[in-house]
Amino acid sequence: MTKPLSAPLDVGFDYTRSLGPTLGRFLTDLRRRKVTGIRGSDGRVHVPPLEYDPVTAERLTEFVDVASTGVVRGWSWIPEPLEGQPLDRPFAWALIQLDGADTSLLHAVDAGSPDRMSTGARVRVRWRADRVGAITDIECFELSDEPADEPVPADEVTMVTTPVHLHYTHSASPTEDPFLRGLMEGRLIAQRCPACSKVYFPPRPACPTDGVPTTEQIELSDRGTVTTFCVVNVPFLGQRIPPPYVSAYVLLDGADIPFLHLLLGVAPEDVRMGMRVEAVWKPREEWGPTMQNIDHFRPSGEPDAPFDSYSQHL
Amino acid sequence: MRPAAVVGTGQTHHAAKRLDVSMAGLCREAIDRAMADAGVDWPDIDAVVLGKAPDQFEGVMMPELFLADALGAVGKPLLRVHTAGSVGGSTGNVAASLVQSGVHNRVLAVAFEKQSESNAMWALSVPTPFTMPVHAGAGGYFAPHVRAYIRRAGAPEHVGTMVAAKDRRNGALNPYAHLKQPDITVESVRASTMLWDPIRYDETCPSSDGACAVVISAEPTSGPAAWIRATALRTEPTTFAGRDQVNPQAGRDAARALWKQAGITDPLSEVDAAEIYVPFSWFEPMWLENLGFTDVGQGWKLTEAGETEIGGRLPVNPSGGVLSSNPIGASGLLRFAEAAMQVMGTAGDHQVDGARVALGHAYGGGSQFFAMWVVGSEKP
Repeated sequence: MTKPLSAPLDVGFDYTRSLGPTLGRFLTDLRRRKVTGIRGSDGRVHVPPLEYDPVTAERLTEFVDVASTGVVRGWSWIPEPLEGQPLDRPFAWALIQLDGADTSLLHAVDAGSPDRMSTGARVRVRWRADRVGAITDIECFELSDEPADEPVPADEVTMVTTPVHLHYTHSASPTEDPFLRGLMEGRLIAQRCPACSKVYFPPRPACPTDGVPTTEQIELSDRGTVTTFCVVNVPFLGQRIPPPYVSAYVLLDGADIPFLHLLLGVAPEDVRMGMRVEAVWKPREEWGPTMQNIDHFRPSGEPDAPFDSYSQHL
Repeated sequence: MRPAAVVGTGQTHHAAKRLDVSMAGLCREAIDRAMADAGVDWPDIDAVVLGKAPDQFEGVMMPELFLADALGAVGKPLLRVHTAGSVGGSTGNVAASLVQSGVHNRVLAVAFEKQSESNAMWALSVPTPFTMPVHAGAGGYFAPHVRAYIRRAGAPEHVGTMVAAKDRRNGALNPYAHLKQPDITVESVRASTMLWDPIRYDETCPSSDGACAVVISAEPTSGPAAWIRATALRTEPTTFAGRDQVNPQAGRDAARALWKQAGITDPLSEVDAAEIYVPFSWFEPMWLENLGFTDVGQGWKLTEAGETEIGGRLPVNPSGGVLSSNPIGASGLLRFAEAAMQVMGTAGDHQVDGARVALGHAYGGGSQFFAMWVVGSEKP
């Protein structure tokens, strides 16, 4: 079997976080080159501060200043840092108990070599120069017996932005693969369920109704009927087609399930359920393994299909 | 199955952006109100069930992990429920089953969404390779099916605008609602921008930050109780050949099972108030039919006759519904909690007089997950 088609899929968003009183105080203080913990019901000082007590579940409010120096309680060496990690050179992830705290904080230690790391080693905060109110205001920890830099004034922090980026390789299924390779040749390949005889376009690995593999391939024409549609007037982040546009369910002749595609060549107010349409293909040299080879559908000029001919596909 | 009851409800003041609180703080606002309403404290809670819509909506994988302290779940069972937009309803049903089965005596159900931290429209429209990028969020998904309903039922255009105006006016009676528009009219809804034709701006739910919590107990606590008379969950695939997207089989099956379990033979006569998941106005008549309150094709007539107003034959969404507040993950549990509040007599200005039996309903995904319960003031 040939390797299925695959393509990169990058998903990213700059999420925001409203911090509330506890985390807001913690990050504001980091911006001021100061580390703050909170006292729990059992007397322990938690760093970072917890919003709610892990024993009683009550909201915690007694903030406690702790030192910017502490001791390594455990560590792991990272010889090859990954994207988004605190340092771009080998470093140690370490659990660090700051002086005055009863819990350990996870952060990076810029130790240079694993030979220099040890449980029990003394460390201090290396403060970032341009602090914004984030855990990365602590650039990292460094091995030292000396005190860290003194606190300075800074404005309050109530929000942070946390960009999240995921890089996927999106692979077509073995069923999708011949369908996509058909598209590269301008062919529309569907499959028929051996049990219910329904024709699926695009094909599925199995019939959703009968649960059996669909193996019989059928080639469909590029004409069909608009079952229903909407006119998208709303712009939104990540949109690929400028609004307004008509997003229509097209039921290809011979298929038993409609799919969404773009409808052009007609004013949105003139689009009708039952309208007969045909595919408008992109120039052949632009074809790839994608439904986007069909640039859009347009009215074919045939009379509308009767409602009964597609009403069971709504 | 032993009886179980909702003995306390709580919700946040829903808003477009609750920038004053963290996710944990948002949940606790609802939880603290529910526990105070029930007159219970943390040692009285045996287990916690959390519901939240897809993680991409806030970009936090498994928020139940970092929320365990805030949810009071340390040392107790904590479950997370996932059923897209219906998740709040499913969360209520799961919590109810833990009590009805005798596994736990008192369970806290919590659901939340902090929509301001992301962009749901983006999260629902990420273009995957090899496909046509015509997806346009939930509105773009549901608008063609709304059009199909209008055509099939022969419904007049103004029915959708009537639902929107009613739900927003009801929202103005609810101190927790995100949108309060006492002066909205059918004409002003009609004049609002067409977003996903045939769905207008004013016929669309807002994007909200909010949370909801309920305490479910085997025995009543200090105050009133809403006895859970029936629950139902049903699922179907997003697409299959011949699927009825207007009147999905899973919804019909869930409703049939629900009424049977509740001993209700004529829902329209026997139910006093309904909180139905209506994120786009036309889903009121669509779900009235799907739930069996009317025959197929007749739901819009109940709406048009004004029978779904407070004071009508079947008040639908006296709280203002999803059209007035939509913290997605919490929206289903809000329907369930508001139904409970009606039979507990604690709904305040949007109380339906004499409500003794009420429906809470939620749907999610591409109309493929259905969750519902019937609550009553009498112990079964």
